[in-house]
Amino acid sequence: MRRRLITSILDHISIIPFLLFAFFPFYWMLITSLKKNSELYDLKSIPFWIKEGITLDHYFYLLQKTEFLTWLSNTIIVSILPTIISLIISFPAAYALARLRFRGAILYGMGIFAIYLIPPTLLFIPFSRVISYLKLSNSIWSLIIVYPSFMIPFSTLILSAYFKTIPREIEDSAMIDGCNRLQIIYKIVIPLSIPGVITSTLFSFVFGWQNLIYTLAFISSSSKKTLSAGMVTELIRGDVFYWGSLMAGALLAALPVVLVFAFLMDYYISGLSAGAIK
Amino acid sequence: MITPAVIALIFTVGYPFIMAIYLSMTDAEAGKLGSFIGLYNFNQLAISPLFQTAFKNSLLYTFVTVAVKLPLGLILALILNKDLKAKKFLRGIILLPWITPITISAIGWKWMYDSMYGVINWMLINLGLIDHSILWLGKPWLAKVSVMIVNIWRGTPFFAIIILAGLMTISEDVYDAAKVDGAGTLAKFWYITLPLLKPVISFVVLFSTVMTISDYPIVFILTRGGPLNSTHLFSTLAFQIGLSTGYLGRGAAISLFIFPFLLLVVYFQLNLMRGKRWEY
Repeated sequence: MRRRLITSILDHISIIPFLLFAFFPFYWMLITSLKKNSELYDLKSIPFWIKEGITLDHYFYLLQKTEFLTWLSNTIIVSILPTIISLIISFPAAYALARLRFRGAILYGMGIFAIYLIPPTLLFIPFSRVISYLKLSNSIWSLIIVYPSFMIPFSTLILSAYFKTIPREIEDSAMIDGCNRLQIIYKIVIPLSIPGVITSTLFSFVFGWQNLIYTLAFISSSSKKTLSAGMVTELIRGDVFYWGSLMAGALLAALPVVLVFAFLMDYYISGLSAGAIK
Repeated sequence: MITPAVIALIFTVGYPFIMAIYLSMTDAEAGKLGSFIGLYNFNQLAISPLFQTAFKNSLLYTFVTVAVKLPLGLILALILNKDLKAKKFLRGIILLPWITPITISAIGWKWMYDSMYGVINWMLINLGLIDHSILWLGKPWLAKVSVMIVNIWRGTPFFAIIILAGLMTISEDVYDAAKVDGAGTLAKFWYITLPLLKPVISFVVLFSTVMTISDYPIVFILTRGGPLNSTHLFSTLAFQIGLSTGYLGRGAAISLFIFPFLLLVVYFQLNLMRGKRWEY
């Protein structure tokens, strides 16, 4: 009994360094965003807490004096539209992969996983040429047509993992009752797959939200940038850093993504393993 | 039903990919079509010290960070697999670095590394470990280490969570049987846990290798490839040469160096899948 207690205490202690390492940067960002500049740049003050009182000045500066809100709305637009396009394209593909026993379904599944692995790093240069052919340079439409390249593979994986959890028997019995394949999809598959659809939608959305390289590659005017690109290129420049506002912006920009993953982490893993393992 | 997806992927992935290969064999520049020059770009890269640095950096960056993330992630998974209080909450905190977009948290790291007001220097000075500020991102070797630390910070939770998922599938019975046979904790870990985790570990290592070798945001945000171009990876150098400078062809050639690693990983992954069917 006593030994068990000691082991348990040791277990709890052993996770502390990991917790500190994982969490400290966030704590540091948070208190930076709430500190007065006089304290932030005072070398004699102890940086781990706020002594001179909390201020929201950095947040006001961010929202009023920078283009943060423009970037935010750009980010929302270029995340939502491609997400919808990708959902429409990947829904039937995922269903086919999960259900129909056509030859090579497994091969397609692996193929989609392989495509998921192809990083934007490999594609942004040819894309930038295509975008300039299409006269879409410096337009957020460039991002809208490029983002499906990484959204489709992953949402197909997530959706097909989800379809596999819907028992085939439900569809079989509907077929016995005289439904055809299309009716089954409308009356059974779509209603039952709503949670999967929501999950894949949210993931596509946050992947769009956090993409950096394509905005850097295609967009040059500040007013058309997305959040991460805007902050990195417009707020970090020269010798003057607005660290307080930068941290405020970083925290606000990270929030939706963190929320989505916090609730849907298990689906993310099942999507990965659907492509890679099963 | 799969046709729309196939067509969409041909246009958004297949076509640009083929185009990357084509561009890499031309002297295309921004606003200039370029003509076929065979493997000239690759020959030039091979003798370019800048590219050699980026090549070595990419390999070092990937090798070192994966080699650190794996044991750390394994230890973390083993701890998280124990009977902890508020386990879900702890898991959430541990996962934070991974679920926060790196394109955003890297900004926080840049601030922590700040040589004047950064918290890392403050801590080291006040602990008496150093007596003057360190330029974390200003010296070639230190900058390399600094970007690796951020990658490790970010990637370790992913290793942990995937390995944890694997750990939870190992049934208690196996351990009970081993206990009856008189196996100690270490023996159980070495002869049961590790072999059973092999597929999960292979998967996470392969996946992370692809993600790390093509990594872009950390280096871009922290150093932009500097100081003195000492921290460039394939991706950041491809961006600098291909887009910032405008030598599209040369840039495409650089980014294509990621492809062999990708192929290798896909090949191993397929072997893994054929060898053993397993699930979480």
